[in-house]
Amino acid sequence: MEEVLLSRIQFASTTLFHFIFVPLSIGLALIIAIMQTLYVVKKKEIYMKMTKFWSVFFLINFAIGVVTGIFQEFQFGMNWSTYSRFVGDIFGAPLAVEALLAFFLESTFIGIWIFGAQKLSKKLHLASIWLVSIGTIMSAFWILAANSFMQNPVGYVLQNGRAEMNDIVALLTNEKLWVAFPHTIFGSIATGAFFVVGVSAFYLVKKRQVDFFKKSIGIGLLVGLVGGLGLAFTGHSQAQYLMHAQPMKMAAAEGLWQDSADPAAWTLIGNIDTENRVTTGRIEIPYLLSYLTYNEFSGKVLGMESLEKQMIEKYGEGDYIPPVKTTFWSFRIMAGTGGALVVTSILGLFLLFRKKIASTTWYLKVMIPVIFLPFIGNSFGWIMSEIGRQPWVVNGLMKTADGVSPNVSAGQILFSLISFSTIYAILGIIMVILFVKVIQRGPEERKQKDVSVTDPFNVGGVSNGSK
Amino acid sequence: MALSELWFVLIAVLFIGFIFLEGFDFGVGMSIKFLAKNETDKKMLIHTIGPVWDANEVWLITAGGAMFAAFPHWYATVFSGYYLPFVVLLMALIARGVAFEFREKIESDKWVKTWDWAIFAGSILPPFLLGVLFSSMLKGMPVDADMNIYASFTDFVNVYTVIGGVAFVLLSYLHGLIFVTLKTEGSLRTRAKEAALTIYWATGVVMIAFVALTAVYTEAFADRGPILIPLFAVVFVLYAFLHRLIAKGREAFSFTITGITLIAVMASFFIGLFPNVMISSLDSAYNMTIRAAASGDYSLKLMTFVALTMIPIVIAYTIWSYYVFRKRITEDVEHLEH
Repeated sequence: MEEVLLSRIQFASTTLFHFIFVPLSIGLALIIAIMQTLYVVKKKEIYMKMTKFWSVFFLINFAIGVVTGIFQEFQFGMNWSTYSRFVGDIFGAPLAVEALLAFFLESTFIGIWIFGAQKLSKKLHLASIWLVSIGTIMSAFWILAANSFMQNPVGYVLQNGRAEMNDIVALLTNEKLWVAFPHTIFGSIATGAFFVVGVSAFYLVKKRQVDFFKKSIGIGLLVGLVGGLGLAFTGHSQAQYLMHAQPMKMAAAEGLWQDSADPAAWTLIGNIDTENRVTTGRIEIPYLLSYLTYNEFSGKVLGMESLEKQMIEKYGEGDYIPPVKTTFWSFRIMAGTGGALVVTSILGLFLLFRKKIASTTWYLKVMIPVIFLPFIGNSFGWIMSEIGRQPWVVNGLMKTADGVSPNVSAGQILFSLISFSTIYAILGIIMVILFVKVIQRGPEERKQKDVSVTDPFNVGGVSNGSK
Repeated sequence: MALSELWFVLIAVLFIGFIFLEGFDFGVGMSIKFLAKNETDKKMLIHTIGPVWDANEVWLITAGGAMFAAFPHWYATVFSGYYLPFVVLLMALIARGVAFEFREKIESDKWVKTWDWAIFAGSILPPFLLGVLFSSMLKGMPVDADMNIYASFTDFVNVYTVIGGVAFVLLSYLHGLIFVTLKTEGSLRTRAKEAALTIYWATGVVMIAFVALTAVYTEAFADRGPILIPLFAVVFVLYAFLHRLIAKGREAFSFTITGITLIAVMASFFIGLFPNVMISSLDSAYNMTIRAAASGDYSLKLMTFVALTMIPIVIAYTIWSYYVFRKRITEDVEHLEH
């Protein structure tokens, strides 16, 4: 059992760490592509400057995202070989397609974009950053197609002792995929946008490069509002999906042990007692759970105990209730950050249109720590999604505990866990140090001398050197 | 040819593409310590592979993903069976990948030196580990009835696998040096040529040892002699001319030969394995065949469609990217991007 626990800790920690960088890469790639498009269309130098400045963060972040992603491709086989044998046919396929369709595209064109500024026409150079952005988004689609199979297995037939694909259309039209994919992309867009907003706010507080960062914060706030609203709408469809496809996860996310009344109230917070199977001290919002579930102000929602009975009937004796507290609080933290993003971006846009944003210091100061909210929301969203699926690794088909590699010992896993934690911690620290350094230096103060080789616009830049 | 066999070939192609392309990246990475004399040299070296190394590494990732999709049992057996070597391989690739991005972000000798070591270690360990991986697979690993490997140290590390690892390291280094002669100008180009001429002999000796030991420790020549003997014969004939070609400055031709040599070594592993994907050292009844390890027909058909559509497109834009960066890199580091 130690092996299961250690493998789970390793998977969770390395995946959560990887997913710090992924959404920021997806979001920043898109924002940078927008900025460079503005430059090419409007031909104003400031957009070129913006593209250059924000791309420094993007490239540092992208590098860490790439290297932490390699392990993701391999760790199913390394730590979860029984799982891999069982699902490879249907789960491996989207992973392979992801590599063929997305990884090659983004890695080739990021090289072209970084080093090709002087060698390509403006339009081709712009096209290459858009291809990178498209690559990152396609990558998300295929990995979520794989993950959605774990949440809501479709398009398969059980034969030869494993889940074999028999319907690709079903796999790619999986309801879970089409709620999770937009939700993840909007989350990523928000992550990139609020990063731009927060960093710009820092400069505006310091009154450095005010024009530059007023423009940046404007783009950030607009994109951020799109991300925030998108998150809210797609989050709502996620909840409705959960209610009929993974009701146990939803009940756990609600701390709902017994069936709800009709209409069902939504619990804002409560004290979950897993021992006695009750949730006390609830602060409730009437009708809301019915509305979230059915888009109506009536209808009751099944609790974990009824669902447990159904599952025991279907799958035999066993513990089918996921860790309730983790699922419950992850959901609230995630939803809370999403709400905060919508509110702060609307407020910011209001200030922007009243032309007060650069002078509203309290707002700017608030927006600096708001940088972290999307990251927190992303992480807890995944924690809710994956913890709430327990005890299953593939919902209803295979339990997590049955998926591990029988031939990998606890000692080996401990070794890898310590190794990866150490190197990832170092990468995290370096990223913070480099980001702080880039912020301190600012967009203007870059000297020829410390322009790095990996700066896409090295020496002169596209503006005056393009052929 | 059955679809499963086609996929065996496609995975071989992905690993071959990887070792051909990333092979010179690894060689250039090793040159950071072996060839570069100063910061300008290092910058030039990194620049030769800067735009392409990331995409070259994707060949390995794709090979892993394709194994997962087309041969779930193979993927599961190899990746769990070689757990610790893969941990080391991943560490090396992680360190190397970020090193290219990080090394010039802070102006400090210590900082830059640290990342130079990361590039070096991250360039020498992966070809060695992959050489060990493939040669031990060809030699046979203790695969049990449940397709699991419970290996001991000597299953991984023995004379044959170490020679296999060293062969990949030296071939990659030679391949990389010749790539440097192709992509640079000035003293670095001259020194890369000299280093290639020196390393030529050691690499040749190791290649002979590798082929001889393959005949001793594996069934490859016994089973696939009619293919492998002519293959290696051609390689050795070409290799015999290589020294003169390097000396004469026939860089593109030399590069082709080191490329063919790497391709032949990688291909020989797959040719030797066929029709198995894993050879069991415990009992030949536990050998895992291509057919037994493969996914279902539906999945393979779909994947075939995607792969045969996408691989030509990927190759097309990869070639275009090399065309974009076709110019030699000069010592004028400030203008490297031009």
